[in-house]
Amino acid sequence: MSYQTDRQRVEGLGSAKDGTHEWWGQRISAIALIPLVILFVLPFAHYLGADYDVIRRVYAHPFNAIVAILFFITITFHLRHGLQEVIVDYVHNKRTMTLALLLNTMFTTVLGVTGIFAVAKIAFAG
Amino acid sequence: MADIKQRDRPLSPHLMIYRPLYTMLLSIMHRITGVGLTLGLLMVTWWFLAAAIGEEYFAYADAMLNSIIGGLILIASAWALSFHLCNGIRHLFWDAGFGFDLQTAWRSGMAVIAASIVLTVIVVIVAIGGH
Repeated sequence: MSYQTDRQRVEGLGSAKDGTHEWWGQRISAIALIPLVILFVLPFAHYLGADYDVIRRVYAHPFNAIVAILFFITITFHLRHGLQEVIVDYVHNKRTMTLALLLNTMFTTVLGVTGIFAVAKIAFAG
Repeated sequence: MADIKQRDRPLSPHLMIYRPLYTMLLSIMHRITGVGLTLGLLMVTWWFLAAAIGEEYFAYADAMLNSIIGGLILIASAWALSFHLCNGIRHLFWDAGFGFDLQTAWRSGMAVIAASIVLTVIVVIVAIGGH
């Protein structure tokens, strides 16, 4: 026997109504992050502790700047999806969940834009 | 009508009735490392912002990241990132339909733990060998 309500059977949808694009978004960003994480972390680890002028010069280089900006875009996108998955799984109150999702989107967007702005400012200053 | 039906619905078995397996630990660790990496990303973003603001503020942020506590958070983040990356690749293989049988899942889990430690050591060596 089916445990679906009549209405759900008619609509042919689960309780979430949609979400396939969220699932894909998480996977596509995950794949993109495999090379990006490696290309971002190794120079960061190598130059961490270097003088200010050295850091400015490293991230003014087009390759490092483009990698860093792509990294910030992709990782904050991936973070938003990941935290959203955790929120919808563990926060059961509808109002709290909506608020948490809203804050999550704001937080990850601000974080991403901050990172992109910082790298761009360093890169364009030369 | 729908409400009455809802009450009769069975609950899925609760997680705690299963014998704990290390693959279950890996599963929850994927989430914990993912959420925890938010802190590492915040620190790195702050460091970049400081570099964009100016030399004086950068010196402050850079000293924080290079302090003992900052360093420990960064090393923990390096391991969390390594683990999340390796286990994420394991998840992508599952998504593509590979590696579901028990023995493969068991072995790939062990490989993830080993690889995450190796990658962390590499990152730490790169960091120490740098500036």
